[in-house]
Amino acid sequence: MIRLAFATILLACSALGHTAGFDYKLAANEVRPGVFVVSGVNDDLTFENGGNILNTGFIVTGDGVVVIDAGPSRLYGEQLVALIGQTTDEPIVRVYITHHHPDHFFGLQAFDGVEHAALPQTINDLRLLAEGYSDNMYRLIGNAMLGTEIVLPTLAASAGTLEIGSRKLELLALSGHTESDLAIFDTTSGVLFAGDLVFHARAATTPHADIEGWQASLKTLDSLGFEVLVPGHGPVSENNAPIVETASYLDWLSGTLASAADAGLSPAEVMFIPVDARFRNLAVVTNEFQRSVVHLYQALEAALLPATETQ
Amino acid sequence: MKLIRTIAAAALLTAASSNAYAVLSVKDPLNSPAWSYMAREYFADDTVSFSDLVKVAAAPHAEDSMNVPVMVDATALDDVQEILVFADLNPIPTVLRFYPHSMEPKIGFGLKLQQGSPIRAAVKTADGQWHVGGTWVNAAGGGCTAPSVGSGHSDWASRLGETSGRFFAGNNDEGRMKFKVMHPMDTGLADGIPAFFIERIEVKDASGDEVGVIMPFEPVAENPVFTVNTPGDGPVSVSGRDNNGNRFKAEFAR
Repeated sequence: MIRLAFATILLACSALGHTAGFDYKLAANEVRPGVFVVSGVNDDLTFENGGNILNTGFIVTGDGVVVIDAGPSRLYGEQLVALIGQTTDEPIVRVYITHHHPDHFFGLQAFDGVEHAALPQTINDLRLLAEGYSDNMYRLIGNAMLGTEIVLPTLAASAGTLEIGSRKLELLALSGHTESDLAIFDTTSGVLFAGDLVFHARAATTPHADIEGWQASLKTLDSLGFEVLVPGHGPVSENNAPIVETASYLDWLSGTLASAADAGLSPAEVMFIPVDARFRNLAVVTNEFQRSVVHLYQALEAALLPATETQ
Repeated sequence: MKLIRTIAAAALLTAASSNAYAVLSVKDPLNSPAWSYMAREYFADDTVSFSDLVKVAAAPHAEDSMNVPVMVDATALDDVQEILVFADLNPIPTVLRFYPHSMEPKIGFGLKLQQGSPIRAAVKTADGQWHVGGTWVNAAGGGCTAPSVGSGHSDWASRLGETSGRFFAGNNDEGRMKFKVMHPMDTGLADGIPAFFIERIEVKDASGDEVGVIMPFEPVAENPVFTVNTPGDGPVSVSGRDNNGNRFKAEFAR
């Protein structure tokens, strides 16, 4: 109770310190005993949503709280810390960042005195990309980024089983959405945090995607025998439908781009190919498809332009 | 004819030099702050109208400011003499001029955007009139003042002017061809890097007759890929030069 009061005071102080502070209105949804998901909206990054377009989560282990992803900004991180404080008396011991995209890690700044872990490749990528992400996030979500500074994960995570408190967590080092994607499977509760390898009711994003590797990772996730699936973006599911949805969208995407390249379409023509009816209900699909053309089409195009003897 | 807003009324045509002002009296469909300046700069006393027959395809958000894909299609107009592509709010607005001669008036390429801007194609028909179409593209910025990526690599000079391309029989358009020229296409706006760009590309048929000319300007993307439709059924050659006098040439069989 004292802890709860303390957290409330902290929250009040931070609100006073930054009167224009963006209120994310975070709420924790207990999907299995002691396993919580904090859900954002299925949208692009906007001023209105402050970058809260993802799912973060935390697991109360009996020996401290393990957090999965820190959110898009300092304010998000602070509000997540406060929310965890209101939910449990256990201290936060570690935050895992699933991959290097900006909506998932900038909140790390709020997790003081806690281990910040990510796969080694993710840490390397963030060293190169964090600065650019920061500029971009200030532009995209505006005030919600107030006072956000770059704090990078320092603890290199590796694949394998982590026994902590009453939990047995399986860490999976996968790839495909980015060069390294961490998924965390709580074998004790059956909850799988899939990170951005799985999207649900929202089109997948591909700025660093390798579709073949991504499909292989989805097969791995599908074989885990989970009870609850927490996608990186979109509603929590009790079955594998989001995995199937992500896999078939990626399959359509890569097939469409490949046949467009074969037919000699220019990238701007490809962008206006209608999205297959199966995927038109996915949030922001037109925008994501056009972004994917920029991410993926150039390489397909170049591969079909044979070098000619220059005269 | 509701698609075409004719700017210069017949009465005005007789009054020389009034058309540049006449164009200002019609609302720019893209509501650009720079339209009146563009109109004076590019069209002087010519007759200009906004037309939905000129299609400019580009995504509303530029995912990569260094390479924004654009496709201009003026095949709905007859007797196209010239296609002028410009971006109102770019520090260098002129992107490209394309004289299609006997080629289809349709061209795809990538461009660099410094900030969100209308991207327009003005199409001049044989009667001397300009028909303008366009679309807004929002961009994070920096596409024109950043150095090219390629010139940071050690091998760019040895690959300069390397030209690759081919025909695509599977396309709905006849004579669909793409070609790519290795070139940094430096704008001159990045600190200490002078403007260095391809300024003329001639497309010729098997008998050596020119079927079209493309004149790129600084904002065309690095290592540009051009998508065009060429007439006839024999091989086609592309030859060109940059503003430093470097030449390139390649021939593609159908």
